[in-house]
Amino acid sequence: MTLLAARGIRKRYGQVEALRGVDLEVGDGEVHALIGDNGAGKSTLVKTLSGVISPDAGELELRGAKVHFHGPRDAQGAGIETVYQDLALAPSLDAGANIFLGREPLRGGVRGRLGFLDRSRMRQEASVALADLGVELPSLEAEVGTMSGGQRQAVAVARAAVWGTALIVMDEPTAALGVRQTEVVLSLIRRVCEQKGVSVLLISHNMAHVLEVADTVTVMRLGRRAAVRRAADTSLEELTLLMAGLGGDAEPDAEAEAEDER
Amino acid sequence: MSALSTVRERFFSQSRRSEDLTIGIILLALVVAFWILSPPGSFLSVANIKNIGVDASELMILSAGMTLLLIAGGLDLSIGSVVIFAAVLSAKTINAVAGTGPDTGPLAYHHLGLAIAAGVAVAIASGVAWGLFNSFVILRLKVPPFIATLAALGMALGLAEVISSGTNVSGLPLPLQEDFGLGEAFGILPWPIVTAAAVTAVLWVLLSKTRFGLRTYALGANVESARRAGIRVDRHMLTLYVLMGALAGIVSVVDIARFGTATLAAHSQDALSAISAVVIGGTSLFGGRGRMFGTVIGVLIPAVLLNGFVILQIESFWQNVAVGAVLIVAVYIDQLRRQAGPST
Repeated sequence: MTLLAARGIRKRYGQVEALRGVDLEVGDGEVHALIGDNGAGKSTLVKTLSGVISPDAGELELRGAKVHFHGPRDAQGAGIETVYQDLALAPSLDAGANIFLGREPLRGGVRGRLGFLDRSRMRQEASVALADLGVELPSLEAEVGTMSGGQRQAVAVARAAVWGTALIVMDEPTAALGVRQTEVVLSLIRRVCEQKGVSVLLISHNMAHVLEVADTVTVMRLGRRAAVRRAADTSLEELTLLMAGLGGDAEPDAEAEAEDER
Repeated sequence: MSALSTVRERFFSQSRRSEDLTIGIILLALVVAFWILSPPGSFLSVANIKNIGVDASELMILSAGMTLLLIAGGLDLSIGSVVIFAAVLSAKTINAVAGTGPDTGPLAYHHLGLAIAAGVAVAIASGVAWGLFNSFVILRLKVPPFIATLAALGMALGLAEVISSGTNVSGLPLPLQEDFGLGEAFGILPWPIVTAAAVTAVLWVLLSKTRFGLRTYALGANVESARRAGIRVDRHMLTLYVLMGALAGIVSVVDIARFGTATLAAHSQDALSAISAVVIGGTSLFGGRGRMFGTVIGVLIPAVLLNGFVILQIESFWQNVAVGAVLIVAVYIDQLRRQAGPST
């Protein structure tokens, strides 16, 4: 079943047409990888899905219903959480505060109405969320800024997992990590998907990682979808050729060009 | 890996506590030194402790607000001039409503309560107005806070001088000075201390216990992540600048009540004194970090120094030298602590 469908998404920045009618279908409960060379339009497409930018044309459907995002809040409201490449964490706050930032639980009664935080609930729910994902942190009170890259990534993923009910978008989650931490994060991605039953859209240019964790792979090229493959039915070689624009299905490109002419 | 991190974390939470301890110890050492060096019963007398508290009260109120502002990554250099501006307007209002001049004796003021209420309202409103002005320039015109509030520093003082024709506004009703400025709450604690303590307590709770406080830290730590977390960053900063202005308004009331006059020449160092008190207290100039406890100590250190020097009959000019030295030592210790840990 299709969870999220993007159809004919276009976005132009001045002279540059970053997205030229791209399509994307993410299935329910799958890890879906989005790959492509630099400039293929991956980041722009991701920003469209997370509500950061509005596309010039095209439509988004979530569980078959049309949706319009006017900001990140809209996308979050629809259950789409994004783990940004720079993680968007506040380094001097602890993991709990980072996970709940912007959606902090308040105490009951009068104190809650005065804006008093329920810190014990924040800490407890953060600890449960992290434990569910098998993430071990030195301490829940530790400032995120003092943690290792992998631990910080884990906090950012945990935040997305706590709030994401439909789709978690991860933009290059392993780009800044070492080999071992990359392994940890990749298994984290699978665990989020399997335990929470949400779909994960993984943006990466590392095809080995993609083949390791993804169920389905969409290849983007020059602002369009170049191909869709099941991870089990493809190979590093084929994906490399597809990214370079060699081989693979010609249909999506032909379709798009036909559209251009119309 | 995790064992090492645990050790590291333990070191850090301890060192943060010990940082509070460091400046606490500096303050304690100063108190003990002055106590030993001063004539018996002079420095640690109840009257003198009240003196120190009253002298520190205005800086305490401003520094409490500056703590929040610096933690959020903001800055306000204009507060001293805003205090003068609010004092002039407030004093003029009080005089206009209460009546002034030699014919009216201390008991003959008309509408004294109304006059003071109006004066307080005008003082806070003018502070708020400057807070709104600063917010507009910083958030809408995107002028950096340093420049925006430096400009407001000059403008507020200039306008105060225009309104007062360059002379101090005096002749305020005596009861204001006798009962509030120099008076004591229930005959125990001077009103300026009570006011400063109440303001500090409220802001302390606001900073450490509420959602507003947590978001204040988040803004200073990483404004972009705060924005992506759905926090309305501009509105939050506006609230903080307006709060800072309102506090300057409160300080102006304390000031005219203490001295019975709105003085144009005072307060030029207020912003820098508040910033140095806050920084001595361990708050980062770059935002994201800081605590109200440190600020309280950071305000008391210069107050104790000045008072001690006066009692020991050392020229009070040395206080400035000593505060500068404390500022350097405090920041140096803070940097050492930071270098010891992993870079962030």
